[in-house]
Amino acid sequence: MTFDLEMAEIAKVFFQESREGLDVMESGLLSLGATADSENINTIFRAAHSIKGGSATFGFAEVAGFTHGVETLLDEMRNGVRPVTAEAIQTLLQACDCLREMIAATEAEQPLDQVRIASLNGDIKHILGEAIEAPAPVSTPARAAGNEAAGTGAASEPGGWRVRFEPVADLLRLRNEPTRMFAELRRLGAMVAHADTSRLPLLDALDSESCYLSWNIDITGQIPRGKLDEVFDWVDSGCRLEFTPTGASAPVAPAPGAQASARPQAAAIDAWSAETKAVSPTETKAVALTEAKAAAPADADRSAPAGAPVQKAAGDSGSIRVATEKVDNIINLVGELLITQSMLSSFADGIDPNDLDRLRQGLSQLARNTRELQESVMQIRMLPISFAFNRFPRIVHDLSRKLAKKVELKLSGEGTELDKTVLEKISDPLVHLVRNALDHGLEIPERRIAAGKQETGTLELAAFHEGGNIIIEVRDDGAGLNKAKILQKARERALVAPDQELTDEQIDNLIFMPGFSTAEQISDVSGRGVGMDVVRRNINDLGGHVQISSKEGLGSTIRIRLPLTLAILDGQLVRVGKEIYIISLLAIVETIQVARERVNTLVGRTEVFRLRDEYLPVVKLCDQFGVEPDSRSAEDGLLVVLEADGKRVGVLVDDLLAQQQVVIKSLESNFKSVSGIAGATILGDGTVALIIDVPGLIRSVVKQGVGAAAAHAA
Amino acid sequence: MSKKILAVDDSASMRQMVLFTLQGAGYEVVQACDGVEALEWARQSAVDLVLTDVHMPRMDGITLVRELRGLLNYKFVPMLILTTESSQEKKMDGKRAGATGWIVKPFNPPQLLATVARVL
Repeated sequence: MTFDLEMAEIAKVFFQESREGLDVMESGLLSLGATADSENINTIFRAAHSIKGGSATFGFAEVAGFTHGVETLLDEMRNGVRPVTAEAIQTLLQACDCLREMIAATEAEQPLDQVRIASLNGDIKHILGEAIEAPAPVSTPARAAGNEAAGTGAASEPGGWRVRFEPVADLLRLRNEPTRMFAELRRLGAMVAHADTSRLPLLDALDSESCYLSWNIDITGQIPRGKLDEVFDWVDSGCRLEFTPTGASAPVAPAPGAQASARPQAAAIDAWSAETKAVSPTETKAVALTEAKAAAPADADRSAPAGAPVQKAAGDSGSIRVATEKVDNIINLVGELLITQSMLSSFADGIDPNDLDRLRQGLSQLARNTRELQESVMQIRMLPISFAFNRFPRIVHDLSRKLAKKVELKLSGEGTELDKTVLEKISDPLVHLVRNALDHGLEIPERRIAAGKQETGTLELAAFHEGGNIIIEVRDDGAGLNKAKILQKARERALVAPDQELTDEQIDNLIFMPGFSTAEQISDVSGRGVGMDVVRRNINDLGGHVQISSKEGLGSTIRIRLPLTLAILDGQLVRVGKEIYIISLLAIVETIQVARERVNTLVGRTEVFRLRDEYLPVVKLCDQFGVEPDSRSAEDGLLVVLEADGKRVGVLVDDLLAQQQVVIKSLESNFKSVSGIAGATILGDGTVALIIDVPGLIRSVVKQGVGAAAAHAA
Repeated sequence: MSKKILAVDDSASMRQMVLFTLQGAGYEVVQACDGVEALEWARQSAVDLVLTDVHMPRMDGITLVRELRGLLNYKFVPMLILTTESSQEKKMDGKRAGATGWIVKPFNPPQLLATVARVL
């Protein structure tokens, strides 16, 4: 029972490993197109080989059978027998997809897509030049266990065998101990071994490590020939080995299915040497093996004591697999620790300073330790962006084929790390941007040549750090955005007022507006007009920012700015009346004191503030959240200018307090979702402070029409 | 003292399966994920049996066996290679490199134990 459970656990490792193997195969195959270097093919082959071996071992015969064809093809490529063609690579890539599905289905215990498997199998067979037939079955352990059946053949077994065993001199050096073979034979039937010492040289010429003995063995019993073959399987090559049936029942010739070890039934048996004497196996050992044995243990004893295991578990770079849930739990605890520490600090501020030097010292140490601990724990969640980038070689490969475009994909900064959640959520928007760049940005080869560019377009994905942020750029050297067309379309849809003048950058960024698509034809790649706005929304929801800049005829660059993590925020504490709110420092452009004459009241109670050439809607947090402020008048407070989605608002607060890192606690899971609030944190004095959802706040303000009013004022 | 086995395989699931099977039978198991790692370890430590996969990155199993046979410590240590049924050639390569024998993949735990028992 526990055995099966354990094997099921190990099978899980196999599934995970196979998926990784398939990723290796895929990226290997994609780079194979460019260079057919043998180490690459070897790597791909090994991955396929491991999947085959593992699936057979764990009893997934269909996966093993399918992989067998893939492996065979790769083996031929590796040996240079089979040319590496684009067709073969394409088929192998599809086989990877198919295998991925097979493994997922097997793990979920779902039925396999037999039609697809058969069709791909056909493709592979076609490349291999074989007739299309059922996949070559790969034996599973159950079948391998039936090996003994192979050699038996004949129904009537002889009553015994005479075996002539004349080993090579190397026998002992390879540690094929005759005594062990004899012990196995004895398990099959009554056995007597006669040592033949005729080959034994004089003492001077004797090499203590060589085997000079031969044996004549009589074994009685109804023993299938296959059983004997098994015993001598490992020493078959090079040794002289003859089997002669003996005994009462009619001797039969070696079964038709007998293996290579069937030697001509020479008259060797007659050659029982005159000197032959019966020795028991143990004596044999005494004669030939003592010295050989002596050498080995002596060395073994000298060797160092058992060292630590070379490696406990999987992972090339010493990486560990940790359930996200556990890590989140630790992060949560560290957050609590941080809170405790800041609570102690604020407590210490209020006590008699004379006694407090040492407490302060301790506290600052606690603060440092806590921060370090937090940083290192946060590191666990950080993953290189290559996890997201790795999909792109395949996507670009498939898509450029489909669109008949030539594209070179360049990746840089794959090692840049970001939070796992951010990574997961940025993946789909990135795919969308890359597809867009391929579909709309890069031109077909003819048009590129006509424009005097390289036939092959370049698509670059780059990631790097900038300040406390991660920047991801998607760059193409395609046609760039058609500004005239965008502006025309935006006017048609009343996204831009007819008389409104926009900068180039503003025009480019119109493509992030909802319902905006400039594709002349809707293709199945992209161009349905839902997309760029969703991309921007997703990025904004991550606390990030996206913008595009483009030069007509030269290409476009989309720049995404993301926070390193979603669990911690660099916050500015602001006060409104008795409430303290937190605003992400990233969203704050500047904070200013308001001069009365710069505030205009528009239609009804809406106020706008003139900041240099721009009119900003003024948002009063007191009204938004229904709290009583110190003063309702703008000039008594401070105006915090916030920016998100390219829009700015001024938020009126009573006071600015400290800046500090805060641990974001979900409001949703502890209370309920509140619009305009992104979460909460616990301050040093134990009070809860709400974190303002800046993009959400700005969206809601614009919806209320304040934005439109502001635009009007401008 | 229990017999110590060095198991070398680049596949974590195979390593685990081998580890689980052999430990369950009372053997002490040391693992390595390729030939280079195994050889490095073997230069300083001794075992009673080496069990190695053939296809591995950095250093394959055949090369590993050949290298190990050259070490004084390993001159007489039984070594088995894990190979697929189809590769008669690999078996012979293994023998020439100094392997004692082989285990045909795929195998199940009882088969593995039976084979190990032939040399330990």
